[in-house]
Amino acid sequence: MKKKTIGDLLREHPFFADLEPQVLDVVACCGQNVHFASGELLGREGQEASFFYALRKGRVAIETFVPSRGAVTIETVDAGGVVGWSWLVPPHLWVFDARAVLPVRAIAFDGQCLRSRCETDAAVGHALLRRFAGLLAERLRATRLRLLDVYGHAPR
Amino acid sequence: MQPRPFVVRARRRELADTVTLELTGDAPLPFSPGQFNMLYAFGVGEIAISISGDPAQPEVLRHTVRAVGRVSEALCGLRRGEGVGVRGPYGTPWPVAEAEGLDVLVVAGGLGLAPLRPAILHLIRHRQRYGHLVMCYGARTPADVLYQRELARWQRAMQVEVTVDSPVSGWQGSVGVVTALLPRAAVDPARAVAMVCGPEIMMRFVTRDLLRMGLPPERIYLSMERNMKCAIGLCGHCQLGPAFLCKDGPVLPWSRLAPLLSVREL
Amino acid sequence: MLTEDGLEALVGALLRRGYRVIGPTVREGAIVLDEISSAAELPVGWTAEQEAGSYRLRRRADRARFGWAVGPHSAKRLLFPPSERLLSVRRSRGGLVVHGGVAQMPPQALLGARPCDLAAIAVQDRVLLGGAWADPAYQARRERLFVVAVNCGEAGGTCFCVSMGTGPAATAGFDLVLTELIDPDRGQPSYLIRAGTPAGQEVLAELAGRAATPAEVEAAAEVVARTAQSMGRRLDTAGLHQVLTGQPEHPRWQEVATRCLTCANCTLVCPTCFCHTVEDTSDLSGEHAERWRRWDSCFTLDFSYVHGGSVRPSVRARYRQWLTHKLATWIDQFGTSGCVGCGRCITWCPVGIDITEEVRALRGPGGSA
Repeated sequence: MKKKTIGDLLREHPFFADLEPQVLDVVACCGQNVHFASGELLGREGQEASFFYALRKGRVAIETFVPSRGAVTIETVDAGGVVGWSWLVPPHLWVFDARAVLPVRAIAFDGQCLRSRCETDAAVGHALLRRFAGLLAERLRATRLRLLDVYGHAPR
Repeated sequence: MQPRPFVVRARRRELADTVTLELTGDAPLPFSPGQFNMLYAFGVGEIAISISGDPAQPEVLRHTVRAVGRVSEALCGLRRGEGVGVRGPYGTPWPVAEAEGLDVLVVAGGLGLAPLRPAILHLIRHRQRYGHLVMCYGARTPADVLYQRELARWQRAMQVEVTVDSPVSGWQGSVGVVTALLPRAAVDPARAVAMVCGPEIMMRFVTRDLLRMGLPPERIYLSMERNMKCAIGLCGHCQLGPAFLCKDGPVLPWSRLAPLLSVREL
Repeated sequence: MLTEDGLEALVGALLRRGYRVIGPTVREGAIVLDEISSAAELPVGWTAEQEAGSYRLRRRADRARFGWAVGPHSAKRLLFPPSERLLSVRRSRGGLVVHGGVAQMPPQALLGARPCDLAAIAVQDRVLLGGAWADPAYQARRERLFVVAVNCGEAGGTCFCVSMGTGPAATAGFDLVLTELIDPDRGQPSYLIRAGTPAGQEVLAELAGRAATPAEVEAAAEVVARTAQSMGRRLDTAGLHQVLTGQPEHPRWQEVATRCLTCANCTLVCPTCFCHTVEDTSDLSGEHAERWRRWDSCFTLDFSYVHGGSVRPSVRARYRQWLTHKLATWIDQFGTSGCVGCGRCITWCPVGIDITEEVRALRGPGGSA
């Protein structure tokens, strides 16, 4: 059986599925296969956000450390999702921790590599920005819905 | 319109503020998944509570009740052997018959799982009549996940996805809103029926995503909550535009609800 | 034809049949419906001036019994009383013992029902008897009701039955119907009477009347024709459903909300408003409980309460609910308008909100339709 290329894996991933073939090839050049055991960190608050991850398997918790409470999970991302957008926005530092809750297989993308491609290839830049804008909007909507605490008791 | 006397046969605490009552009366009370009864707490009042029992076992009436007001508090406080009045069943059912041959996506939020439980039991009992079965369930915290032991059992017959808003340490499951679970649902949107129950705002967000996934509006069903007093369309309290939600609902397709829910304070 | 004395004979015939006779009578400055034992208790020589937010009794120059337009009461009080006990429940060793059923009470005869009242009874029949579940208490009273209608000889300032197609002549829904003819010289009334049912025929046969002359029949027709010409208000119903349901954001809703006090008077005097609530109570021993039904109103905050709050917190939304239900979604639900054009909601509104004026304004600019 032929080993799948990064390009093959991207075509199977919902975040990249409908990318133009030329763009996909360029993006694939910046990706590599990675895995994390459960408990391992994919990114750590304050450290340089060199990568973002397209999850193929497993579950990642977006966490933050709260004194006296320890690590608090804010949200989880599952297979088919994407972890990390700090690579895109200066100063390119992780804002939260990202930790594997279940064993994770992912494609890691080199942020610097992608940024330089975005600078030189408008089609790549546009395609990626559009996807990340969608991802951020989705996260923001979900966060706003959670702010309403809809399952809680109504005030009496 | 007169309550029938039932007796509490068993009472199980589900969550900190929620109990499940098992009631028996002089005769079985056959019902369809999604219907509700009016439960009367002696001297206190009567409220609409969905039936959460197994439709194949009408001799035991099950209601999961959350203590949020005077009557529900009284109902939650009932002990074994105490009497309760029951009128019903009332209202429109989940479209379990129409869904035959199709995939079914059940989306529940918080206590919204209780009215869906009879439908889930029906779907599992008649597993071969349906395509893919998926349940996405969102709760506030792991301690607020209803029917926890049953979820594991259901998982053997259907895809079950659970998420919570605020986890506790050690929670290995998903964290986030219930809409985040929808992309994982293994259903064919073009051949799926959705049954959604939870807080109205949650149902609105879920419906928007289901439409985006490609489910047709006439196959997205919501169970609506309004002030139901008489349950037979005579008292006027539960009106939503031309609909009396007690008899035209509570379960209605989005194609019917969309124009009504788009008007605020209707 | 009946004379003034014939009217007394009619009351007597009804009483002899075991009816509680409910008729118009003057109480506390208004013509209301109450139990009467003699035709002398009718409002002889009285009329009422009605305008938006105002009702005044006035003396008439003649001895007319029915020379007025409807007061605050309607047949709703007889058939669907403001409060009634639905159940009594006792706690016993084995659980609850529920006693329901409709209390036996004497049949009622309504004397002086107006055509709009007959139309309102027909509307309530559809609501409370026409669906999958009939209301047993209403049904029991309704089946035994005897109706003596009166064609209208005088339009009130807030009347608009002609617009709603419900008056001023009674066409159906009565056992007997009267038309009051006043002798212009002596101010003395006489009554053209006609039966609408076999029960009415039976009562009529007992009364010492004489056959009407063609001139009297023609005079009676003129009475209602004149009344139809003098309606105090009119309401254009063309396309009304869309005007109301299609413009939920029309600025008029907000405007009327600044005047409406949400006092619920309009819903209480409305002869078709059927919304009600139930109250459960228990005695101090905690062994007996009762359930009472009471009129409710969509103008109260509690009306649409679900745990956490009201579905219609704003006055704007509550007024919109009432008017839209009454004139539009009622048709979707029951195949008829909920308005019979009696004008009570206009007269008895403490700030004089006029349903016909609101509809006119909603047809005006500002909406999306």
